[in-house]
Amino acid sequence: MQHLRKVSPLVWLFAGIAFPFVISDPTYTTIAIFALLFAAAASAWNIFSGYTGYIALGHAAYFGIGGYALAIICQHWQIPGGYTPFYLVPLCGLLAAIASVPLGAIALRTRRHTFVVITIATFFILQLLSYNLRSLTNGSSGIDFPLILQWAPGFYNLPFYYVALLLTVLALGVSWFVRHSKFGLGLLAIRDDEDRALGLGVRTGSSKLIAFVISAFFVGMVGAVYSYFLGSVQPSFTFDALFDVAIALMVFMGGIGTLTGPILGSLVLESSQQYAALNFTQGSGGLYLIMYGSLFLVVILLLPQGIVPSAKALWARYQATHTASVLPDPSGSGGANPVARSAPGDGMGLATPREEAKA
Amino acid sequence: MSLLEIKNAAKSFGGIVALNSCSLSIEKGKITGLIGPNGSGKTTLFNVITGYEKVDAGEILYDGKNITNSSPDKVFAMGIGRTFQLTRIFPRLTVIENMHVAAQRQGLRGLMGQWNAPQEQQRALELLDYVGITHLKDTPAANLSYGQKKLLEFAFILIADPQVILLDEPAGGVNPTMINLLASRIRGLNARGVTFLVVEHNMEFVMSLCDKVTVMHRGAKIAEGTPKDVRQNPAVLEAYLGD
Amino acid sequence: MNLIIDAVITGVLTGGVYALMASGLTLIFGVMDIINIAQGALVILGAYFSYALEQHLHLDLFLGLLISMPTMFLLGVLIHSLFIRPLKQDRTMLSILVTFAIALIIEGVLTILFTTNTVQLQAPYVTQSIKIGDFYLSYIYLYGFVLSVVLLAALYFLLYRTRFGQSLRASMQNRTAAELIGIDVNRISAITYGIGVALTAAGGMAYGATTAFFPGSSYDLISRLLAIIIFGGMGSLSGALIAAVGMLVIEDVTAVVWSPVWASTVFFILLVAILILRPQGLLGKLEGRKQ
Repeated sequence: MQHLRKVSPLVWLFAGIAFPFVISDPTYTTIAIFALLFAAAASAWNIFSGYTGYIALGHAAYFGIGGYALAIICQHWQIPGGYTPFYLVPLCGLLAAIASVPLGAIALRTRRHTFVVITIATFFILQLLSYNLRSLTNGSSGIDFPLILQWAPGFYNLPFYYVALLLTVLALGVSWFVRHSKFGLGLLAIRDDEDRALGLGVRTGSSKLIAFVISAFFVGMVGAVYSYFLGSVQPSFTFDALFDVAIALMVFMGGIGTLTGPILGSLVLESSQQYAALNFTQGSGGLYLIMYGSLFLVVILLLPQGIVPSAKALWARYQATHTASVLPDPSGSGGANPVARSAPGDGMGLATPREEAKA
Repeated sequence: MSLLEIKNAAKSFGGIVALNSCSLSIEKGKITGLIGPNGSGKTTLFNVITGYEKVDAGEILYDGKNITNSSPDKVFAMGIGRTFQLTRIFPRLTVIENMHVAAQRQGLRGLMGQWNAPQEQQRALELLDYVGITHLKDTPAANLSYGQKKLLEFAFILIADPQVILLDEPAGGVNPTMINLLASRIRGLNARGVTFLVVEHNMEFVMSLCDKVTVMHRGAKIAEGTPKDVRQNPAVLEAYLGD
Repeated sequence: MNLIIDAVITGVLTGGVYALMASGLTLIFGVMDIINIAQGALVILGAYFSYALEQHLHLDLFLGLLISMPTMFLLGVLIHSLFIRPLKQDRTMLSILVTFAIALIIEGVLTILFTTNTVQLQAPYVTQSIKIGDFYLSYIYLYGFVLSVVLLAALYFLLYRTRFGQSLRASMQNRTAAELIGIDVNRISAITYGIGVALTAAGGMAYGATTAFFPGSSYDLISRLLAIIIFGGMGSLSGALIAAVGMLVIEDVTAVVWSPVWASTVFFILLVAILILRPQGLLGKLEGRKQ
């Protein structure tokens, strides 16, 4: 089992690298590119929102900044497509990260719902700016990327695919690193009880801001690649209010605050959605919204923990029943219980969640 | 010699006065009990010492340094740890993860390092063993019993080696076996030089444990002395029975 | 100069309508501790409701409210009991996502029923104008403002002069304490949500008669409504009223003295400035640290 765990990430990585060779149909590689880009964004969003418990609903702003940054740079220096824009992607992420410092700092002065609302407001402000700063953004008509003529149609998707894969691996890697660091433990402590964490020496303010900026950096890079792939930026598409809903839904579906949940959620949701968009009649935008909204309601009301934690719980129960038949101890789970029972209990039973205790 | 000194601290919430020019000093190396009727300002005093509330007036000195209205993280870093009346642990983290939250490190490299570095892990396990909950180390803290949570909160404070520990009703709602364990741990730490300030309603616990008892009423100190003296002080009796 | 006075007058009149829509949002927040992201979509739903009544039953816009407001009230109670009440853990955060989802569903249904073409509500008083000073103002602005004032007064009466209002305010101040003294907080919440949604029917009508709208207009609306309640201080009714009128006046004046393009941006920038100085908003209270 231990052995398997070490191997499986490599297997997944290999599968990711081999995918376009096994399935080279551009229809499917296109789906894969979108799914991977969302996986990277969802994973990055989770580093902030999942670990700290602060739900940010304005990351579309950083997606938009990344996209616009690349488009403006390419237009201004007349970069004729090809590989060069890819080298500029980290710069676009950096610009999004720089923008996120003051915006994050303002929003993070508040807590809970006020924070959420302010992140939504920052998104709308930036969208408005993309309409209004015409000399920079070209207003509502947006900016087209220079045409890429040097790539054959069959090859076109490949560079995007691997860049998207690279971003996903990087975001997941950073997420893993954060989760296993002292910094990440501080973020999780903030999620559970921020004031208590502060009282134990966790630098809550700077930790939250750093996590926020890290997530904005990745989302900015995703925005740049995404926009380059589509070939243009526009206020209504590049700054898309649905982006944050989509990301949040993916993360919640997979399991918020888990490492692999956001990846799983986005691969499942984005690919099925892209597939549906390709295979069903066009112009059913209304139906699409209803489907999206209903799915969200189902996930939140019936599966608030997400797929990964629920599956883990099921697996644990399965294991427990199986070991129980082998071992004489019927309590099973981890051998902790016998001692726990002999340890003095005080009749309070299970914990009351923090929310209730604080109310 | 006093380690922690509160000078004329005042605090009110709206029209309600919680601390009324409250002055008291905590002697180094002693276990001081803090008693008083409900609403006499004990928890507010804890809150202003540890930076969770700001005083309206007055000063708080720790080891001669002015720590009035410092933020909670600074107060903790200076060596003052506390527990809460309704235990505040991190419910979704495991017991061992809870232990590591308080083991803070300096600088970026410290923050980016592994959360359970071997040395800290060993120390965390020792402390869990000290309070007798090692077997629960991988359990989410939310699944602990009320008493176990109190022990966990006590243990994770210790990881930072505080010089002063403020305990807010450590024995409240906990069974006798666990109270005895806690009392012996407090004595053991005290023998090693740790100063304690304990708010508690369980008089037996206070009287047997504390070197000195301070009585608060209506946001100010009304009496102090040995447990025996305090018990016989008429002002104290009046505070509890009066109103 | 005259132009600025005109802008202030229009700003105050439309601000009243926004105050009506925002009061529902802030009321729901105050009682239930949730942000109803669906408020914008519900306003648009209310506008389409009036539109359908007017198109198919040839019902006057104001008379139509007698049908649409009670219906929307019931819809609100239904949404509350189906989707908001079942949330147990992490209500605050999850409710934001749930109401966002509801907004999407409403937008989807409206897109199917009415397409994405813009419409505007029609009535004689929408096309006829009154001369104030030397500019013309459609009657609907005045009527819409009067409607808002009447409904806000009724809301005020309900909150401060009735037993229900007393329970409601108690629930706003302290949910647990209210439960302890025997107030059925769930019932209060359901009714409050219903009232908040019923107000969107009226707000939607006034909005739809002064502005052309389509299902996607809800985004613009919710961003403004959220800005208004942050500006005024979350949960503060009077803050929302001041902020709503302030916002619309600032927008209309900016549109006149600078450019219509920058009208709403200026408001949002002002909002950010306010938040730097006062994170809790104009009349809001700072969330204290809790033991």
